[in-house]
Amino acid sequence: MALAQTTSAPSELWRLKEIAARLRIDIIEMLARAGSGHPGGSLSATDIVTCLFFSRMRHDPRRVDWPDRDRFILSKGHAVPVLYAAMAEAGYFPRQELMTLRKLNSRLQGHPVSTALPGIEACTGALGQGLSVAQGIALASKLDGGKFHVYCMIGDGESQEGQIWEAAMSAPKYKLDTLTVILDNNNGQIDGHVNEVMPIDPVAAKWRAFNWNVLEIDGHDLQQILSALDEARATQGRPTLIWAHTVKGKGVSFMENQIAWHGMAPNAEQAEKALAELRAQYAKIQEDR
Amino acid sequence: MPAKATRDAFGEALAKMGEKFPDVVALDADLAKSTKSEIFAKKFPNRFFEMGIAEANMIGTGAGLGLSGKIPFACSFACFITSRFDQIRISVAYSNANLKLVGSHGGIAIGEDGYSQQGLEDIALMRSIPGMTVIQPADDLETEGAVEFLCTHRGPAYLRTTRQKVERVNADAYRFQFGKAVELKAGRNDAVIFATGGEVHPALKAAGLLEKDGLHVGVINVHTIKPLDVATILRAAREAKAVVTAEDHQIIGGLGSAVAEALGEAGVGRRLLRIGVRDAFGESGSPEELLAKHKMDAPGIAEQVRALFR
Repeated sequence: MALAQTTSAPSELWRLKEIAARLRIDIIEMLARAGSGHPGGSLSATDIVTCLFFSRMRHDPRRVDWPDRDRFILSKGHAVPVLYAAMAEAGYFPRQELMTLRKLNSRLQGHPVSTALPGIEACTGALGQGLSVAQGIALASKLDGGKFHVYCMIGDGESQEGQIWEAAMSAPKYKLDTLTVILDNNNGQIDGHVNEVMPIDPVAAKWRAFNWNVLEIDGHDLQQILSALDEARATQGRPTLIWAHTVKGKGVSFMENQIAWHGMAPNAEQAEKALAELRAQYAKIQEDR
Repeated sequence: MPAKATRDAFGEALAKMGEKFPDVVALDADLAKSTKSEIFAKKFPNRFFEMGIAEANMIGTGAGLGLSGKIPFACSFACFITSRFDQIRISVAYSNANLKLVGSHGGIAIGEDGYSQQGLEDIALMRSIPGMTVIQPADDLETEGAVEFLCTHRGPAYLRTTRQKVERVNADAYRFQFGKAVELKAGRNDAVIFATGGEVHPALKAAGLLEKDGLHVGVINVHTIKPLDVATILRAAREAKAVVTAEDHQIIGGLGSAVAEALGEAGVGRRLLRIGVRDAFGESGSPEELLAKHKMDAPGIAEQVRALFR
């Protein structure tokens, strides 16, 4: 499907590329330190989260209670390392706090906790729930004149939850053009490939049948992500689903498309290997730009 | 004052509060006619969201509204709304969302529809969630007071209402005080009954019947089940020979359990009788027949209390 022809300046794309590479390094470092957690779905979501936090979302880390801020709800809450990495990069909290992930008394809980860490909008982690919460926030925005936009990221495995489809049914009823859902379609879940565990295909046809504006993109192509976000925001009268095809574990060769890396932290040796790859990618970006 | 169902009082109160609090909104899951959120919906159509038969999504949506400065009331039957436990646990309570869950049709006294529609475990479920407030008013005045309170209260709460009409138990000048149990009948030398919701009036009537037998039984209305007014409960229990709880709910996990926990922890050793549904499913029948079968009507309560002194 044709995306609106919004092109971003090359310098903007390089800037985002560099941030995404940094976030991937942070993700591996914090997971290695934590000793547990979910690298696969964090790395698949990194480019999308980067485009949101560092380009398209209107937010201010110094004013977490700003009523008109755009909201991001990570419904697939287990991918929270990418959210923490983005928040630290944006200045919500000091970078060194990333190393407290999953430790006792840390604000960086294993899944997002809004009451622990300012800037997190809602508690998620019980799959299927975040989209309904995002819908409620988008409804509040609509009631007050649509001053802010709500972005919600769901997973393809998560789409097996019935509640996702309850929300898919109700958001178009309320013409929630203040809501954009990004489906991080990385094909993997704990017990195997999504379409073996419980097929969710045909994705686009299902969401279109529920009256959503559906955009299909490569979830690692920054230009495509930005264009889709712009088209979603400009769409009136109905919510948008951005169906983003991604690679689970993207950026770390031995994690890519490996189901085992859904919920396993790298040990010291694996982390070193992953970080060497990611640092090389980062260096190349700096060299090329 | 004619008897009135607390669900009716809720609907009227919410519509009234809608004027006073512009941020009040309501959601329902195809039961607006029954929960009486319809009264609000008719008055404020733009602030009412019909979510269809999809309670989990309604609860999450309500949480989102509550996280965005609104004062949402999400309504359904007590059994249907509280059985979306995971959504209430994570999206509402853990997020400390300002969502008021309203469960109508509490208890076997809904009658003929039978067990699948009778909220009998809802208080137990809601009471177990950290930070959840649980309120069950006993009459129309108390319901209005509770609804007004909930409009200013911040955080998750559960309000339970009745389908059946209940007699007014409070005086016209009654003012709802959150967290304070209300003594409705003094003279508890023999026993004190802690009652809640639709069981408050039958408990009062039972105390009157027992008085004729020479048993002095006090009645205290526990409208706020969580947080529990432990001080009042312990004081009253210490003055009585036996403690009785009465609720239209399972005796496991509800007011009876809450009182037992308070007494046990304080070392107040009193014979405890928990009146309610005794670890059983509900069934069809008229409200009167069901309350009589479970010895939860006034004669049944009196009979059970009398047996303690035999």
